[in-house]
Amino acid sequence: MRQGDYTILENSRIASRIWRMTLSGDTEGILRGGQFVDVEVDGCFLRRPFAVTDWTKDTLSLIYKVVGQGTEIMSQWREGSSVNLLTGLGNGFDTSLCRKKALVVCGGIGASPAFHLVKELIEEGKEVTVVLGYNNASELILFDEYRKLGAGVRVATMDGSVGIKGLVTDVIDTLDGGYDFFYTCGPKVMMEAVCRKLDISGQVSLEERMGCGCGICFGCTCHTADGPKRVCFDGPVFKKEDVIW
Amino acid sequence: MVTSVNLCGIELRNPVVPASGTFGFGLEASSFYDINCLGGISLKGTTLEARFGNECPRIAECPDGMINSVGLQNPGVKVLVEEKIPALRKIYGGVVIANVSGFSIEEYEKCCSAVSASPDVDIIEVNVSCPNVHGGGLAFGTDAATAAQVTRAVKRVSTKPVFIKLSPNVTDIAAIARACEEAGADGLTLINTILGMRIDIRRRKPVVANRYGGFSGRAVLPVALRMVNQVHNACSLPIMGCGGVSCASDVVEMMMAGATAVQVGAENLRNPMACRDIVNELPLLMEELHIENINEIIGIV
Repeated sequence: MRQGDYTILENSRIASRIWRMTLSGDTEGILRGGQFVDVEVDGCFLRRPFAVTDWTKDTLSLIYKVVGQGTEIMSQWREGSSVNLLTGLGNGFDTSLCRKKALVVCGGIGASPAFHLVKELIEEGKEVTVVLGYNNASELILFDEYRKLGAGVRVATMDGSVGIKGLVTDVIDTLDGGYDFFYTCGPKVMMEAVCRKLDISGQVSLEERMGCGCGICFGCTCHTADGPKRVCFDGPVFKKEDVIW
Repeated sequence: MVTSVNLCGIELRNPVVPASGTFGFGLEASSFYDINCLGGISLKGTTLEARFGNECPRIAECPDGMINSVGLQNPGVKVLVEEKIPALRKIYGGVVIANVSGFSIEEYEKCCSAVSASPDVDIIEVNVSCPNVHGGGLAFGTDAATAAQVTRAVKRVSTKPVFIKLSPNVTDIAAIARACEEAGADGLTLINTILGMRIDIRRRKPVVANRYGGFSGRAVLPVALRMVNQVHNACSLPIMGCGGVSCASDVVEMMMAGATAVQVGAENLRNPMACRDIVNELPLLMEELHIENINEIIGIV
């Protein structure tokens, strides 16, 4: 975990109620896709946790959905202003668990935490199919970016406004197979359905209301097959086998 | 300049102590900064047996504070004494405060007896805000007679100084403090969290799964100061002041109200470096206020 001040380079709306913020500053503490940062928000007591979508040596980007007091304030932030972050939080996804061909299933804003994971998998020479599920076209994020990485990208929307009409599990039914590992991030019901559908091993990124974000307050503990675990510190990424739905 | 303080013959290099439940068992934070700068560490509250605690959500945002309903998640006193405390002791030379809880007098006794036997524990802090399962679920600390009963029981089995951590959810905290003093307590920590609630107006449900939780954070500082001062005036026990402390100036205020040491709680959750920052800030503030020895301000108001 590292703490530092970052400068906002960009903070703009990219889809319905969804914003992307790019910041400059020290990213050395960020090691794996699926890790998160905790953002200090003036006007809120607690920090707000967000997965890092992508990062370079000295910039990082976050994609966030405006859902409450904290994200509402964040969406008003101007370029050039300074933000305090804790970075390098959580364990992140483990790319070594996939040998050759990965299936990455994301729902809604869950497309964000998996982005750097897919980048890493492709850099490691693995074949990746990304299944993105949204309610409708207005929520579509990262579609072009995932394609540019070289992943096969398939989309499902509830209303059929883009991709196939239905759920991510409907898309999975149409895939050829041959995957040796999966990764999933999105609404809990979606991830549960994905875990039940796929008989290969996988990793799941859980979400919980957090206190500290760094393992000291036990405010986000979940039950797992391996005992109580802190989502912020022991997770947010867990083995499919350990998750208790 | 003197920043060290003394609690029942135990010297703390400075009065700053992370409060129980906001610093784990000290090990996580040791990767954030050198925790040897801390006067003491109050460890996560421990019960006789391991507890999962309450279901999530356990946390709710509040104006200038937060609610938690962790519900005393802990690995049990055996793991505390055999694993957590020895691991902390390897990297930390300051004062170790074991915080214990119980749901019956017997549990308090057994728990205190186990931590008292650990050579690495300097002070025992007893949380009396848990519901008494044999007493209709009322918290031990909300009644002077039961608070005294717990105090007597734990004093019988402890060879270490015992601090009773008082609940603020009472009408007359001074009466409870006096009862603990008469029952043999060596010191008092106050205040624990204030019972609170938040409601999600869209879901029409309480935010935390447990319905109610403990309110803490900057907003409670005035309440904590008032209670510390009342208790300081009502009895002669040393006090660890706790509640809403977020900076060195709050530490000074808490000491002026009557505290000998000062615990920092919810602020650690906003800023994991909070205690270190306060320790660094304190001598500068003392210089500005012309305080040569921090002990000279204890209870000065």
